[in-house]
Amino acid sequence: MNNPVLSLVLSRLLIAVVTLLIVSFAVFFATTLLPGDTATILLGQAATPEAVAGLRAAMHLDEPALLRFLRWIVGLLHGDLGTSYANEMPVADLIAGRFINTLKLAGVTALFSVPIALTLGITAAMLRGSLYDRIVTVLTIGVISVPEFMVATSAVLIFAVYLKWLPALSFANEIHTVSEMLRVYAMPVITLTFVVSAQMIRMTRAAVIETLNTPYVEMALLKGASRSRIVFRHALPNALGPIVNAVALSLSYLLGGVIIVETIFNYPGIAKLMVDAVATRDLPLIQSCAMIFCVGYLFLITAADIIAILSNPRLR
Amino acid sequence: MINLVEICDLKVEATTDSGRRVEIIKGVSLSIAEGEIVALIGESGSGKTTIALTLMGHARPGCRISGGSVSVAGKDLVALTEKQRAKVRGTEVAYVPQSAAAAFNPATTIMDQVIEVTRIHGLMSPDEARTRAVELFRALSLPEPETIGSRYPHQVSGGQLQRLAAAMALIGDPKLVIFDEPTTALDVTTQIEVLRAFKAVMKKGGIAGVYVSHDLAVVAQIADRIVVLKGGETQETGTTEEILNAAKHPYTRELLAAFEPKPRGTVSPEAARGSLLKIEDLVAGYGRRQADGLPLVRAVEHVSLKVEKGRNLGIIGESGCGKSTLARAIAGILPAAVGKIVFDGKELGRSARDRSRDQLREMQIVFQYADTALNPAKSIEDILDRPLVFYHGMDRKARSVRIDELLDMVRLPRNLRHRRPAELSGGQKQRVNFARALAAEPKLILCDEITSALDTVVAAAVIDLLKELQRELGLSYIFISHDLSVVEAICDEIVVMYGGRKVEEIMPAKLKAPQHPYSQLLFSSVPKLDPAWLDGLAQDPELVRAYCRR
Amino acid sequence: MTMTTSSTSTSPSRKSGTRSGYRFNIVGMIGLAIILFWALIAIFAPVIIPYPVGEIVDVDYFGPLSREFWFGSDYLGRDMFSRILMGARYTVGISLAAVTIACFSGVVLGMIAAVAGGWLDTLLSRFLDALNSIPGKLFGLVVVAAVGSSIPVLILTLSVIYIPGSYRFARALAVNINAMDFITVARIRGENTFYLIRSEILPNIAGPVLADLGLRFVFIVLLLSGLSFLGLGVQPPYADWGALVRENIGGLPFGAPAVMFPSLAIASLTISVNLLIDNLPQKIRDRSE
Repeated sequence: MNNPVLSLVLSRLLIAVVTLLIVSFAVFFATTLLPGDTATILLGQAATPEAVAGLRAAMHLDEPALLRFLRWIVGLLHGDLGTSYANEMPVADLIAGRFINTLKLAGVTALFSVPIALTLGITAAMLRGSLYDRIVTVLTIGVISVPEFMVATSAVLIFAVYLKWLPALSFANEIHTVSEMLRVYAMPVITLTFVVSAQMIRMTRAAVIETLNTPYVEMALLKGASRSRIVFRHALPNALGPIVNAVALSLSYLLGGVIIVETIFNYPGIAKLMVDAVATRDLPLIQSCAMIFCVGYLFLITAADIIAILSNPRLR
Repeated sequence: MINLVEICDLKVEATTDSGRRVEIIKGVSLSIAEGEIVALIGESGSGKTTIALTLMGHARPGCRISGGSVSVAGKDLVALTEKQRAKVRGTEVAYVPQSAAAAFNPATTIMDQVIEVTRIHGLMSPDEARTRAVELFRALSLPEPETIGSRYPHQVSGGQLQRLAAAMALIGDPKLVIFDEPTTALDVTTQIEVLRAFKAVMKKGGIAGVYVSHDLAVVAQIADRIVVLKGGETQETGTTEEILNAAKHPYTRELLAAFEPKPRGTVSPEAARGSLLKIEDLVAGYGRRQADGLPLVRAVEHVSLKVEKGRNLGIIGESGCGKSTLARAIAGILPAAVGKIVFDGKELGRSARDRSRDQLREMQIVFQYADTALNPAKSIEDILDRPLVFYHGMDRKARSVRIDELLDMVRLPRNLRHRRPAELSGGQKQRVNFARALAAEPKLILCDEITSALDTVVAAAVIDLLKELQRELGLSYIFISHDLSVVEAICDEIVVMYGGRKVEEIMPAKLKAPQHPYSQLLFSSVPKLDPAWLDGLAQDPELVRAYCRR
Repeated sequence: MTMTTSSTSTSPSRKSGTRSGYRFNIVGMIGLAIILFWALIAIFAPVIIPYPVGEIVDVDYFGPLSREFWFGSDYLGRDMFSRILMGARYTVGISLAAVTIACFSGVVLGMIAAVAGGWLDTLLSRFLDALNSIPGKLFGLVVVAAVGSSIPVLILTLSVIYIPGSYRFARALAVNINAMDFITVARIRGENTFYLIRSEILPNIAGPVLADLGLRFVFIVLLLSGLSFLGLGVQPPYADWGALVRENIGGLPFGAPAVMFPSLAIASLTISVNLLIDNLPQKIRDRSE
C-alpha cells in the first residue's frame, strides 16, 4: 500500500472534486436559464416595477451570473443553502428531515438488494448456460427493460389489489408499530429492490464470468481442484474488486429509482420534495436537492473506481 | 511392458461461432512409455495443445472429446466422471502452461499455489509440501529458493515463473508432465536455462513427459521421440534421431528444410552504390521530456548506422533491447528526441508529419502482425488501391492492372483481391501487407519482425520471396528480428542491440565472428537441430549473469 | 504451400459462417417484428384509431376491456386503445429523434477524440464524464424546471443526457482501432484525420455502434416515460405512454386496465429492442459488450 496506489486514489479524488465543480456549475446555470424574470414570477404580474426592482436587488439578481454562482458555492460550503422562494423557510430546514427519510429508504433497500443480488449473480455465473442461469438472465433483462413506475404499479397490483397484503400507498406520518413501519416501507422497498437488484445481478454475473475465463482458473482445474474450490479460492478473490465495484455502481441506480418511487408512493423523501419544488419553480430548493443527488451519485461512482484500484493485486 | 499412455483413435470436435461442428482432431493414436519424453510438434492449428490437454481429460470450452480413448496409467480419461478426472489431475498428470504469467493467480503467493496440489489431494502436510517445494526450486536452479515462494506472481520474471510453474507441476510426483510451449514466450538466452532445468528434473525423476512445441530445435534437446502433427492428424512418428536424420514425410522434411542455413551472398558486396540511409546518434524513448530534452524512458540510446543502396541491414536483439523503437523512430512514428536521419542524401524530419509525401513514399514499414496491419473491414483490393491513388494518382483502370501485378509479385492468386483479410491465412496476409508497401514503390522497406508470427515453413517462404523481390526491384531492407537465423538469411550486415545501445556490427559475408561478449552469448544461445547441442553448450556463467534478466 | 492447415480447415466454415451469421434466430425475429409493428403504428396511427383521442366516448370512467373499447377507457372515459396508438407517435418519435442526435454527436466526437488524442481528448473526456455524473432523471428535472417542457426541449435534453455515454462507447472502440497497425500505416502514408475517421475507423466500429444505438434507444424511451410520468415530459392534451400512466394512476387501486396497458406498450417495445440486440449475429455484437 504505497505510492502507486496512493497517487492513483488521490488523482481519482481530484477528478471527483473537479467533476463536482463542473456539475455544480451546470446545475446552477441550468436553473438560471429560466425564461422570464424570477422576481416578476415570484411577485406575480400585478407587482409594481419598484417592488420587482427591490426584490431583484435583495436577491442579487442584477449581479453578473458568475458572481452569483460564486456567492452560491461559498454559501453551500458554509452550509447556507439559501431560502425557499415558495414558503420562505431556509432550504436547509426543509431538506434535513426529508434527507434522513430518503437515506432510510435507500439503506433498507441496500440491505435487501445486496445479498439477494450477489447470491443470484454469483450462482448464475457459476452455473452459466444452465436453465437457472437463463431464467435469471431473462428476468433481469425484463426488469431492466421496463420503466421503474411499471415495476411499482405491478407491485401495487400484485400485493395490494389482488393479494391485499399491503396498502397501495404509504403515509409516513407517524410510525409507532412494526406493522405500520412495514406498511410504509414495504412497497417502496420492494420496488427499489427489484430495480437495483436487476442491475447488480447483471454486473456481478459479468464480473464473475470474466474471472472464470482466466488461464489461472483453467490451471486450478488442471490441478484437480473441485468446482467450489475453483470458485471460492481462485475466482471470487479476484472478482471481489469488480463485484464491489458493481455493487457501488448499481446503488447509483437508486437515485433514479427513488425519484419515481417517492412520487408514486407519496413517500416524504428528498426526491418528492424536489419534484414538488419543480412544480412551484422553487429554484434554491431545486438547486440544493440536485446538488445532494449529484454528490451522492458522484460519491458512489468514485467509491466504485477507488475500490477497483485498491483491489488490483498487481498494485499491492 | 504396458505403456504409461495409450491414446487410441482420439477425436475432438469444436463448435464454431456460427454453431457448426468441426472435427479438429481426426483420429490420433500415440503411446508413451514410462519415463519417456515425447514431443508433439506442428504449426498453429495442428491440434498439438488440444491433444495434450486430453491427457488430463480436459477440453477447452467449445471443444468436446467425441471419440477414441485416452488411457493414462490404465485409466481411460474419456470414460471417467469429472470427479474421477479431478483425482488424476495434479497427481498422475500435471501441466506446465505456455504463459505462466497468466496461469498464476495474481491474488495469492507463489508458494500457496505451488503446494496447492498437495492440499487438494491431501498428499502431505503443508510443512512437508513447503520443504519439498523449496527442494524443487533448488533443483530448477531458481534464485533465492528459500524465499521466492513468499512473493506474488507479478514480482518475479517470466523465465522464473516458467520454472515455478514446473515446480507446481512436479510437487504431486506425477507420472506424466505436459509442457505446453513452455519456452516460446522467452528470449533465447533465458530459454537455455529453463530448458536445462526442465531436462535435469525430468531425467532425475524418471518422469514421462509430453512436450508441445512448434520449434524442432528446442524439441530435439529434450525429447526421446517426436510426433509430427498437421491439421489434427499424425504425419510422422519416430525417435528424435530418426526424425532429424531420416524424415520420411514431406511435411517433416519441409520443417527441417526451414532450418537449413541459407547463406545470402548473391549480391556483390564490392558494388557500393552509395548510402541510402544514415542514422547518426539517435536517441528515442517514451514518457515526459526531461530538462535535458531527453525522454524519461530512453529505449534507444545514441545509435548510429548506415544502409547502402541495394543492401540489407539486420537489427537483432532480445525483447526490450530497443530494436522496434529504433524502427519506429526511423519511420517517424515515434519522433526521435536527438539525432539525424539522412535518407537518400537529404535529412528527414524526425516526425512523419514533417516529411514530404515523396519521402514517406520512399520509405515503407511492414509490421509483425498482419492481422492488425490490414483493415479487416476492407477488401484486399481496397487495401492495395489506396497507396496507388494517394502516391501515384493512378486512374481506376491503371490501378486495377497494378493490383494484379502486385498480387503476382507477392505470389498470390489474383482472385484473392475480392476477399477480406480474415479469409486469408497468416502467410497470405503477410504477403498482402508486403504488397501494400511495394505499391508505394519504395526504396527502403523496414521489416519489423515480419516472420515472427508465422509458422516456420511459411516464414521461410516469405523470406525467399523477399530475396527474390530484392533482385527484381533493387530494394533495400532493414530487417528487425529476434531470430538470428532469419536475419542471417537475408542481411549483408547485422547490428546487435542490447539495452537500447548498438553493441556490435557484424558482416556475415566476410565471416566475421562476433567479438562482443553479448553477441557471442546471443549467437551461441540459438538452439541447433543437434540433440547434443544443449548438453555440449558451455557458456560463461559470469556472462550469463551479466546480460540475462532471468 | 503458404496456406496453413488451420485456415484450410476453417475457411470453408468461416465462409458459411458469414452467410448464416446474418440469419437471425426466432427470438431476434420476434423482436424485430414487434419493433416494426410499433414503427408502423407510429406512422399510421391517425388513420387506424377507432375513436378520436380527445373525445369522451365511454359512459364509465376506468372502464373494463370490452368489444367497443379493447383496452378499456381512461379517467375521463376516453378510449385507451386509440390513446395508446397515438401515444406511440410521441414515445417512438421523440426517442428516435433524441437517440439519433445523441449517437451521431457522440460517435463523431468520440472518433475525433480518439484520433486526435492529446489535450482535445482529455478536455472532451473530462467534460463529458462530468456531464455523465449527473443522473439522467435529475438533469431532466432541472432543465424542465428551468425552461419548461416542450417537444424540442425534450428531444434536446434527452440527447444531451445520452451524448456522454455514446461518446464514451465510440471513443473506447475507436481507441482500440486507432492502436492497430493499419492506422499507423495510414498515418505514415500521410493521410489526414478525416480520411482516418471515415475510411479506416468508421467501417470497423459501425456494427457495435448500431447495437449501442439500440440500447441507448431503450434508455431514452425509459427516461422519457419516467419524465412524462413525473409530469415533466409530453404535456396535455398530448400524451405519450408515460403520460398516459400518469393520467390514469388514480385507477391503480382498482386495478384499472388504463394503468397497465401503456406500461405494457413500453415494455413490449423496450424488451423487443433488447431481444433483437441480444440475438444479433455475433459479428455485429461481439465488440459491443
